[in-house]
Amino acid sequence: MLTTALIVLPVAGALLVAALPLTRVGSAGLAFLVALLEVGLWVVAAARFDFDAGGLQLGTTREWVESLGISYAVGFYGFSLWLAGAAVIVFAAAIGYALWAGRDRPRAYHALMLFLTGAVVATFAAQDVLLFYVAFEAMLIPLYVLVGVWGGERRLVATLTFVVYTMAGSLLMLAAVVAFGVTQGTFSLAGSGTSDNTWIFLGFAVAFAIKAPLFPFHGWLPLAYRQAPVEVAAVLSAIVSKTAIYGFLRIALPKFPEPADELSVVILLLAGAGLVYGSLLAFRAPDLRGIVAYSSLAQMGLITLGVFAVDDLGLDGAVLQSVNHALVSASLFLLVGMVERRCGTGDLAALGGMARGRPVLATVLLVAGMIALAVPGSTTFAGEFLIMAGVYGQGWGYAAIVAVGIVLAAMYTLRLISAVLHVRPGPAVREETLDLRPGELALVLPLVVCLLGLSAWPALVSQSSFPGNDPVRALAEELG
Amino acid sequence: MIPTPKVDWLALSPTLALLGASGVALLAAVLVPEWMRKAVAAGTALAGFVLAALLAGVVFDRSPDPQALLSESMTRDRLAALAQVILALVGAAVVLLSWEERRRGSHAEYYALLAAAGAGMVFFVGAGNLMTLFLGLEWFSLSLYVLVAIDTERADSLEAGLKYVIVGGFGSAVLLFGSALVYGATGVLGFAQIAAAGAEGDALLLAGLAMILAGLAFKVSAAPFHMWTPDVYQGAPTSLTAFMSAATKTAAMVVTLRVLVTAFPADSDLWTVALGVLAAASLAWGNLGALAQRDVKRLLAYSSISHAGFLLIAVAAASERGGEALLYYLVPYSAMSVGAFAVVAARERELARPVTLDSLAGLGWERPFYGVALWVFMLGMAGFPLTGGLFGKLFAFSAAYDAGDAWLVLVGVAATLVSLAYYLNVVRWLYMRPGPELRAAPVVGGAPPRDPALAVTVGAALAVTVGSFVLAQPLLDLASAAAASLPF
Repeated sequence: MLTTALIVLPVAGALLVAALPLTRVGSAGLAFLVALLEVGLWVVAAARFDFDAGGLQLGTTREWVESLGISYAVGFYGFSLWLAGAAVIVFAAAIGYALWAGRDRPRAYHALMLFLTGAVVATFAAQDVLLFYVAFEAMLIPLYVLVGVWGGERRLVATLTFVVYTMAGSLLMLAAVVAFGVTQGTFSLAGSGTSDNTWIFLGFAVAFAIKAPLFPFHGWLPLAYRQAPVEVAAVLSAIVSKTAIYGFLRIALPKFPEPADELSVVILLLAGAGLVYGSLLAFRAPDLRGIVAYSSLAQMGLITLGVFAVDDLGLDGAVLQSVNHALVSASLFLLVGMVERRCGTGDLAALGGMARGRPVLATVLLVAGMIALAVPGSTTFAGEFLIMAGVYGQGWGYAAIVAVGIVLAAMYTLRLISAVLHVRPGPAVREETLDLRPGELALVLPLVVCLLGLSAWPALVSQSSFPGNDPVRALAEELG
Repeated sequence: MIPTPKVDWLALSPTLALLGASGVALLAAVLVPEWMRKAVAAGTALAGFVLAALLAGVVFDRSPDPQALLSESMTRDRLAALAQVILALVGAAVVLLSWEERRRGSHAEYYALLAAAGAGMVFFVGAGNLMTLFLGLEWFSLSLYVLVAIDTERADSLEAGLKYVIVGGFGSAVLLFGSALVYGATGVLGFAQIAAAGAEGDALLLAGLAMILAGLAFKVSAAPFHMWTPDVYQGAPTSLTAFMSAATKTAAMVVTLRVLVTAFPADSDLWTVALGVLAAASLAWGNLGALAQRDVKRLLAYSSISHAGFLLIAVAAASERGGEALLYYLVPYSAMSVGAFAVVAARERELARPVTLDSLAGLGWERPFYGVALWVFMLGMAGFPLTGGLFGKLFAFSAAYDAGDAWLVLVGVAATLVSLAYYLNVVRWLYMRPGPELRAAPVVGGAPPRDPALAVTVGAALAVTVGSFVLAQPLLDLASAAAASLPF
């Protein structure tokens, strides 16, 4: 019931926000309240979750279309609970940012954001392939409008590219879902066996690779991340991309062990290429959003390396790094938005020198940046180290690629920090440009505090993602 | 005492209810004073459609086993009854939708013909031999020919009527000729007798089968027999276009399934391939054609051609599962189609000119209910979740995959991808145009015309579109009960 409540609460909130004729602040405030309630509900769920026992918990199963074996089956595993937790926290911050920024047409905007929250949580909770597909697709409906209506100047191109890419993947996935469900006789993930059909596996894998995105399926990324409203970009890169990781972990690996094994070299190579290529692009990007966007591509490559290492360290690291990246990317995008609102531009050439006289901004950005570049002792360092150690088993070359990625991450993150905070004040930065306001700080600080907390105790996530801390066995036995 | 055949009045009652309503409405055209003529005619037609739906529901409930009626010229079974319920409900929705339509006189005639067309379709889906098949086809087609051209002051309405008569007449002639060839090959008219005649593989029979198929393909507007569809859909009164896109397609699809499965089961290896080709052609042609349209009614016409393709995928599976998928899909499809044309009609009445994509600009913000509704209908037609459109496609695809037609699944998936371009383009025009373009609506002052009857139609269509997603299983149970009355 609790899982269903986690899905229904934001959707009901969306309907309420859309229906009630409140003022601008009223609608946004109501949406923010619902988002905070959702976080509270997740905390309750996490408190009730028995991390030692493992297995599917808080589950609900209802027959939906019996004749085809489709059911409404939801519930959480350790790793998906953590992903959902990152999602609800990031959504609360994003909706709070939209309240702060005062988006136009707030009833429509916030209703769509809450609907998106529900769809994302449903994706992480889905235990039926068709339900997963439904939730995965349902995310696209609000995203299309959120980018297309509230985006920047080239929003129409951005939203069209985004939708065409993701739908191409989704429809391949639909064909794969049909083939999988019909051959298995059920769409339930718990009730179905494994399949050795490479084509069906590819249908799923390509869909996830586009959503993540993985190199070379990232064509939609730069435009979408640059043109979307900044909090939508935060949600896209922090949370929506993680639905692909959930798909890999819950469907692609456990249901298709043989094809996944055969094709793992290809996927590992592409993920490694994405890691290096994304890092280089991030280093060369001329604007703030470009850096964060391409670093997201790099990080998704890194996480995929961890997933397809298919050993205990790599899988633990992938889940930990997914949570880390969600929080890091969301805080960076929100900070970028705050800088852009002050200076009217995200061009690195026009920025600089903001540290002097703006201590709060400088501190928060520096802390978030340090965690992003995986300084030793941070939770991202723990995640990247686990992935590197895990992928070493597949070949030392991959571990070397991860090491290169870590070095490049330091380069582009430092470039971002220094371009905003240090150097000479750019033309867009004026003397009276404000420091972070308390409201803004209240949005970013919880994310950064979560990161610091995880830095102190990364095992909170990595040791409780899979039962008995034995991911490979969990994948093979419990999920498969 | 002359022996009279036993007449199963209950099985015929939906047809008779509509026929009666048609007659009363027609009498109203001459007997009722002008000021209440429209209300009487519309009320009668609405009552006829609702009564027909109820009676068909009773027939569905009381016909667990198929029965042949009237010297085996008609069939009483759940397939016919379910199709009749869908047809009658579509008819009722269209009566509401038509209420505020601008029309110079001839209101009573409009409703009388609408009920007559409904009666013809309700008769058609119960056809049991080639004679009643042709009779039903001509019955509703003739009513539609007149209805399309009923707005005689509009040149494009007349043009559409003429085109429809010529092309539709050609289609009927092909079907009739095919029936004659089948009769020549087997010497019988009844569907079950044709199957029992044992003439499978006979050249005459196959030629007849091909021509019957072509004749029905005209009615379902499957490519390459779709040429009339865009012009007729564009020119006809919008409420009637809604009726044709939903009801004609439902009736013709159900009859196609019935004829092929009951009369030609032995040749199924041939007609499944033929249907697969028709489906692929419709998907390709409909979707590519829709990409180039500016007029929303034409766009929806091409979309209905592509939906004929999706529906034919289900028929081509030639299995009980395929029949289920077809009957399921017809429900959300009809709702989305009627709903989408209803929103177009609302805009048309507001602007008093044909609705092109740019005249949809800003509709989503100006009239949120219609905007959200059209958004949902477009997403549903594209097969997005939270609408029955997803399950329609899913069931059709899984039936095809089950029948070994994996290539049709891939064609369907590719077609869906192409279709996104124009469905989402409509959403884009609804919500995402820059400021100046948003003010496409002429400022005539005051609120847009109130039209509660149309709003009810849109609301009902929305409820069915979303409801068929949530309550997929109950609906699928009905569909499978209906499909079970065919001898797969």
